[in-house]
Amino acid sequence: MANLYMISFGEIALKGENRPFFERILIQRIKNALSGFENVCVRKSHGRIYCYVDGPKEEVIGRLRKVFGIVAISPAHSCALDMDSIKTAALSAIKEMDYNGKTFKVETRRPNKSFPMKSPEVSREVGAHILRNLKGITVDVHHPDIEVDVEIREKGFVYCERISGPGGLPLGCNGKAVLLLSGGIDSPVAGYMIMKRGVEIEPVYFHSFPFTSDRAKEKVIDLCRVLAGYSGRMRLHVVNFTDVLKELATKGTDELLTILMRRMMVRISQEIAGKVGAKAMVTGESIGQVASQTMEALTATNEVAKIPVFRPLIGFDKVEIMDLAKKIGTYDISIEPYADCCTVFVPEHPRTRPELEEVRAAEEKFDIEGLVRKGLEDIEVVEVV
Amino acid sequence: MREIYLDNSATTRVSDRVAQIVYHVMTQQYGNPSSLHRKGIEAEKIMRKARETIAHALGVKPSEVYFTSGGTESNNLAIKGTAYSMRRMGNHLITTSVEHPSVLDTFKQLEKEGFCVTYLGVNKEGFIELDELQKALRKDTILVSIMYVNNEVGSIQPVEEAADHIHRNKNTIFHVDAVQALGKIPLVPALKGIDMLSISGHKIYGPKGIGALFVRENVKLYPIFNGGGQERGIRSGTENVPGIAGFGAAVEDAMNSLFEWRRTMEELKNRLCRRILEEIPDTVLNGPRGDYSRALEKNSLSSDAEGFSASINVHDAAPHILNISFLGVRGEILLHSLESHGIYVSTGSACSSNKSGKSHVLSAMGKTAEEIDGAIRFSLSPFLTLEDIDYTVEILKKEVAEIRKFVRR
Repeated sequence: MANLYMISFGEIALKGENRPFFERILIQRIKNALSGFENVCVRKSHGRIYCYVDGPKEEVIGRLRKVFGIVAISPAHSCALDMDSIKTAALSAIKEMDYNGKTFKVETRRPNKSFPMKSPEVSREVGAHILRNLKGITVDVHHPDIEVDVEIREKGFVYCERISGPGGLPLGCNGKAVLLLSGGIDSPVAGYMIMKRGVEIEPVYFHSFPFTSDRAKEKVIDLCRVLAGYSGRMRLHVVNFTDVLKELATKGTDELLTILMRRMMVRISQEIAGKVGAKAMVTGESIGQVASQTMEALTATNEVAKIPVFRPLIGFDKVEIMDLAKKIGTYDISIEPYADCCTVFVPEHPRTRPELEEVRAAEEKFDIEGLVRKGLEDIEVVEVV
Repeated sequence: MREIYLDNSATTRVSDRVAQIVYHVMTQQYGNPSSLHRKGIEAEKIMRKARETIAHALGVKPSEVYFTSGGTESNNLAIKGTAYSMRRMGNHLITTSVEHPSVLDTFKQLEKEGFCVTYLGVNKEGFIELDELQKALRKDTILVSIMYVNNEVGSIQPVEEAADHIHRNKNTIFHVDAVQALGKIPLVPALKGIDMLSISGHKIYGPKGIGALFVRENVKLYPIFNGGGQERGIRSGTENVPGIAGFGAAVEDAMNSLFEWRRTMEELKNRLCRRILEEIPDTVLNGPRGDYSRALEKNSLSSDAEGFSASINVHDAAPHILNISFLGVRGEILLHSLESHGIYVSTGSACSSNKSGKSHVLSAMGKTAEEIDGAIRFSLSPFLTLEDIDYTVEILKKEVAEIRKFVRR
């Protein structure tokens, strides 16, 4: 038999006339997240989503907790609209909880006014029924351990739990962006934060074999797999960056190499964004974290961007980023020790405060457009699910 | 793409003959040697034959050969097994600072458990000094463990001479990790003075997951695995009969071809070493000098006369391992560029290169940070050709020059 999960969504209820659009996307995302389970039925009614699905509760909730837009998930029981059925449903619901030695109260809402009893009466009767049938549980109407919620709508619904979801907005309702993804700790977190705002992400990874090993690439694919847990899938663009990097590294640009490299990455990512219909770029930069993330350096990389660059971690401390990475499940992968190209090609004394003028002058030695084309010529697309 | 596999000290390709034998045993002769019926007896016979082959190759009795899951288990069993069973006789253990992690880390653990361990140093070529061993030996020394052939640089330790020193002490057990020596150099002569010897199947074109420990019959070992009492109670667990059959066949092949293989590999190694040192600037040989004195005269190492004189000793270099540093080149980057041409090598040893740490062997030999950083281990097999070696050298010349353009010193 399919179990019922009542899903509440916060912010999208505020969105006025766009609301049906957001709700439709959210329902689609929920269906995607539950694909593979039997008897999935998702429908909305009165600001709630009712989701029927057959499958182990833990796993269903685990998947729903990764659907952006969901504020809370309540495993619920539905029943016919008569007191006996409501009482039976309430008793089954509370029996699923670890109730022994706990306190409870019953809270009833009655949007369906055709039901003959008023909310407080329903609560009283259901509470009495629970007390009669269960040992080891007492009533506390002020600070109960367990709140038994009864809702009287076109049917009766009873639930005891509110499991928090990730919040945010359903994925895809805010378009698409490319994510400059390295193997490090920050960029996957940045991607997560932008995804949470409803933006679909296509990651771009710059691979510089043999300067970085194929294991570094596998690591990035593993990171994409974690992010795909939130989106269903990820389309990773692996840019073979070796030739570009070599070209940049040969022409005596030592101290500015990191900046020039990042400007190339932005240019190439921007072209990819154009091709896949993405409207912005996302990076994991945070002010002052490394030499290439001082305000001057950010200005220099930003200069070549013609579409917005979102930096959701800009004001975060490393520790805060690490905590988030642990929460979303990317941390353990990020700390695997395979060097990415940034660490191999770091100049001994990188310039921390490059002047725009000197960066531009340094680039005059190169055929920038040619290099961008070179980068775009050799891209491997990896579909990660 | 052409494939040139120069990582035979990490593991080897299983020979077709061995693979067929393993497959046949897996699918046809799949009985458990402990079973009383015909299938069990059949399996037992296969095992007996392999045990005899291996005993013969070592010049020991079949009853002194115990099958294990490989080199790591053999080393653990030998070292812990002796330390625990002989604790009453003494508390002192000796090993070297260039052992495989399965030896070194076992000793580190015993140290934490209260044993006192002496770690012998090595000279610039990776050899232990017998004087140091002699000084380290004490009345309460119960175990000495020395590897036969070093897996990273190929130095062959003077185990025969070491045995003479060790056995002046009546109660001291001598264990030798011969994982890299089996099938490369003759083991029989040295075994007179050795009490325990570890060997492994997958380094000699046999399957992974099978190895053996020779234990002289008067040595009492404390078992690590308890269970059904297989391998005379020393190593419980249903025997890996297909692996054992494959191991036996691989040892048989290695013994039949030992001298031929050795000559072939020496020729290959000579060519590879000489050409690299002569044709690629800023390269340094790590390990025994062996036959390479001519090449060395032309190279940066020729000034290093002190280390050189020490090499004209009886100690030898293993025929299959060549370790060279390409200064200014990060080993891992060179490894990956060779990989893109189908050439497979290793930085340090496979086991330690998984960790981000520096090679403990090269450090113990007093190599500089730059030398350690740029070290590549080539490990050969007799199935390679001189043409493979020449191709490798050509690619090396190109790739080393290419990398040196970009990587800052």
